[in-house]
Amino acid sequence: MTPPRPKSPSERPIDARAFDLLSLTMALVLGLHSPHLPWWLGIALALILGWRWWQRRRQAGRVPRWLKLPLLVLLTLAVIVQYGNIFGREPGAALAVGLLILKLLETEAARDVRVGISFACFALMAALLFDQGLIATVVVALGLLPALATLRALEPGQLPTSLPRALLPGLALSAAALPLALLAFLLVPRLSSPLWGAPSQDQARTGLGDSMTPGNFTDLLTDDHPAMRVSFDGTPPPPDRRYFRAYVMWNFDGRSWRHLDPRYAPPRQPAPLEVASSIRYQISLQPTRRRVLPMLDVPLQAPAQATLQADREVMADKPVNDQLNYAARSALQYRLQPDLDERSRRLGLRLPADFNPRTHALAAQWRQRYGSDDAAIVQAALGLFHDGGFRYTLAPAPLGRNSVDDFLFDTHEGFCEHYSSAFTVLMRAAGIPARVVTGYQGGYWNKYGNYLLVRYSDAHAWSEVWLAGRGWVRVDPTGAVRPERVSLGAAAAAGDQLSWYRNDWLQGLRNRWDIVNRWWDQGVIGFDALRQRGLLTPFGIRDADTATLGVLLAISSVLFIAIGLAWALLRRQPRDPLRGALRELERKLARKGIARRPAEGPQHYLSRAARALPGQRDELASLMRSYLELRYAHDEPPTEPLRAFQHAVRDFRIVNVVK
Amino acid sequence: MRDLLQRLQRWAEHRLPALTRYRRPESLPIELHRRRIYIVPTGFGLGFSVLLLVMLVGALNYANNAALLLTCLLGAASAASMLVAFRSLDGLRLGHIRAGHAVAGQPLELTLAFDSRRPRNAIRVDLGDRTLAFALDGRASAQVKLALPTAQRGWQPLPRIRVWTSWPLGLFRAWSWLHPEQSVLVWPRAELAGPQPHAPADDARHMRLHRGDELAALRDYRAGDPQRHIAWKASARHEHLLVKDFEQPQSRPQWQLDWRRLGGLDNEARIARLARWLNEAQAQRGHYSLWLPGNEIPGGSGPLHYAHCMSALAQLP
Repeated sequence: MTPPRPKSPSERPIDARAFDLLSLTMALVLGLHSPHLPWWLGIALALILGWRWWQRRRQAGRVPRWLKLPLLVLLTLAVIVQYGNIFGREPGAALAVGLLILKLLETEAARDVRVGISFACFALMAALLFDQGLIATVVVALGLLPALATLRALEPGQLPTSLPRALLPGLALSAAALPLALLAFLLVPRLSSPLWGAPSQDQARTGLGDSMTPGNFTDLLTDDHPAMRVSFDGTPPPPDRRYFRAYVMWNFDGRSWRHLDPRYAPPRQPAPLEVASSIRYQISLQPTRRRVLPMLDVPLQAPAQATLQADREVMADKPVNDQLNYAARSALQYRLQPDLDERSRRLGLRLPADFNPRTHALAAQWRQRYGSDDAAIVQAALGLFHDGGFRYTLAPAPLGRNSVDDFLFDTHEGFCEHYSSAFTVLMRAAGIPARVVTGYQGGYWNKYGNYLLVRYSDAHAWSEVWLAGRGWVRVDPTGAVRPERVSLGAAAAAGDQLSWYRNDWLQGLRNRWDIVNRWWDQGVIGFDALRQRGLLTPFGIRDADTATLGVLLAISSVLFIAIGLAWALLRRQPRDPLRGALRELERKLARKGIARRPAEGPQHYLSRAARALPGQRDELASLMRSYLELRYAHDEPPTEPLRAFQHAVRDFRIVNVVK
Repeated sequence: MRDLLQRLQRWAEHRLPALTRYRRPESLPIELHRRRIYIVPTGFGLGFSVLLLVMLVGALNYANNAALLLTCLLGAASAASMLVAFRSLDGLRLGHIRAGHAVAGQPLELTLAFDSRRPRNAIRVDLGDRTLAFALDGRASAQVKLALPTAQRGWQPLPRIRVWTSWPLGLFRAWSWLHPEQSVLVWPRAELAGPQPHAPADDARHMRLHRGDELAALRDYRAGDPQRHIAWKASARHEHLLVKDFEQPQSRPQWQLDWRRLGGLDNEARIARLARWLNEAQAQRGHYSLWLPGNEIPGGSGPLHYAHCMSALAQLP
């Protein structure tokens, strides 16, 4: 019988420290993925992880196969049941995290740990596919620390450290690697088009929809993620002029408003616009997966790869799946479509039959009272909203079939959608062409970054009525009920109805913090192939192509490696503390004019000093003796006497002798 | 297959010394420096770089800059770990080697004293197919005990010792060869059985054979002493019980071991027999002298004497 071969190091069971760190890494990965895992799967995986950790602490050993295989099957089934398949981002991530946790069950040897850690690194990166915000990225990068510490813990023969201290070297290593990482990040050539698949950008928030049903904004109005950031050339418009138009909605079916979908409508010339003053601005839009591009007030023309619709909506050629930056110019004082064509008039007056009879009656009554004075009717409607006991609330009572009637005459409560919808229906019933416009209104002016931050919660709906001689005029009926909505913004209008975190100081902090997010979004996330090409313009390379970037990456990597090598090869000469102490003594004596001559030995020098300072002869003689003994009696000066000598030199004062 | 590879390696090392970094033996202390430290990625390192590549392509494909940044960070940290691996060997010093004693066929214990001015982790030493890991705290030197397999008696040069580390992440393996110019003395193996040495004429006089019946002294009673050993008369005059102490039977041979008396045997057989006699004499704590051609060791006893005799035997031509 041959003796069993000694197990190779990678097959030997790992120690408790490595396993603890591995479990910590896995827990971090699970935590980072838990927001988009089904809650029951997250809890189940956490329980498995905790149980395995506890079990391994008590007794090392693999989990038996009869337990492992059913768990694997269960996991796959669970993912299929939840998502329908195992491909795609969400199911893929769920499966990956599940497999990672199950890998822990059979992890006993160094090899398993290495496989697990590699996979965990991949899973960490996958977490960034869901959220690539600054904080998420930093947390994920910190997740590398336990991973690196686990790899270190696998190496045998180490000086003992505590668990938290074991994480620090990874931090130092990452910090040292950061310059090279940043350089590589800047110079790795980006792909102008993906190699495979359509990158699914589900992280986009839906934002504004292309239809509006009173009551469906509620989720949007409580979502304070950034929708877009706007910077203006020159002074920004005052708060009550910050209306960003997205959709112009014409079609009302008694319940919902819809815009004219350009896919089903023949292309038309944009409505004519007479401009008195205009402003230029740049918008950086968060991904929406929709084609609409919000524009300030009334845009003059569409940016590149977008078209201006007849009603001056701007539609991009492709859905906005990534952050999009565009520059535009808009009119601030204008006359939009002073001559209304027949089609627009028809569209602007159309109402579904058999809906809202009481509203029709009220409109007819106004028309009778004010005759042909459209402006007076508008005023009457605004007056109704202002004085009719209407209330602004984000949680209005539900409305029935005749939604406008119910709102105007019964519930009296709602928010911008209700007001604009009811107002527009009133106008149309009175024979005034009117339409609903949705978009954003307000925003937070960040004075540190000189830009306007518009959140989803700034979503707004207002109306436009066509008045003879003035064209389309914006009327914001919400402002009649609650003027703060227009002048101060959505949060002020909502008052206490929003959750606790919207209180003032926290909100202020979040607003200020947004400048960091903006920097991150623009500088890091928005650094695409196009901007990379322009990266080297300051160095005279106008259009850096892949080859240039590759060469540059290679050159600068070599440079960094050279710096690293220089650090690695540097041999630090050990300091000689004894020599340092003697130098200090020499400096003190030199101040009294007793300088050491170039070729003078310490004994001769200190004897000379003792003769020159007879008052301190004994002290100097003792110093000299200690020095000579420390220097010549040992290979290395022993610690304690050396320290005593250093103290003696430090305490040595030259006493001025008065003669 | 493994044999063939090893033979090939040995051939290559002798034929192509520049290529295979074969170093001639050198005297201690040996300090590792950049010209003799080599680094290659480990299998795990290669696998990890494939993973990094996959992450890179994924991040680029999904145009996810955060993921790309993370990949770059991980890649740069891996590259930096190569320098750390180098630095954990650079400046490492093998101060001295202390060899123990062993007879041929038994492993010989070598103690390697490594020292360093800064702390180092996870340094490994390979000798044969055995690996040992140790750490240095930057102050005291590390004593690494290795077992050197031995085959035959005599001076045996130390083999090449590989010092390596895959610290910190196991991605790279830095190594260096140590080939100290030092030999260890392997003692001869004793024969298994054979005749007793000739007892010299005056042997009996020196053999104090105490058969356990000679009273040596009285001592205090200890639990477990047989009752019949108690000195009742003497105990009566004392507070405690006294026990008669008998000297243990012991043979202390005084042997004169002589090469010349082992005629008719070849050299190695003579050495093996002398070695066995030396072992027996040492086991019995005897007094013995040894005569060898060109070397006469006067009588003595104790481990030093034994080592002296064995070394003399080992060095016979």
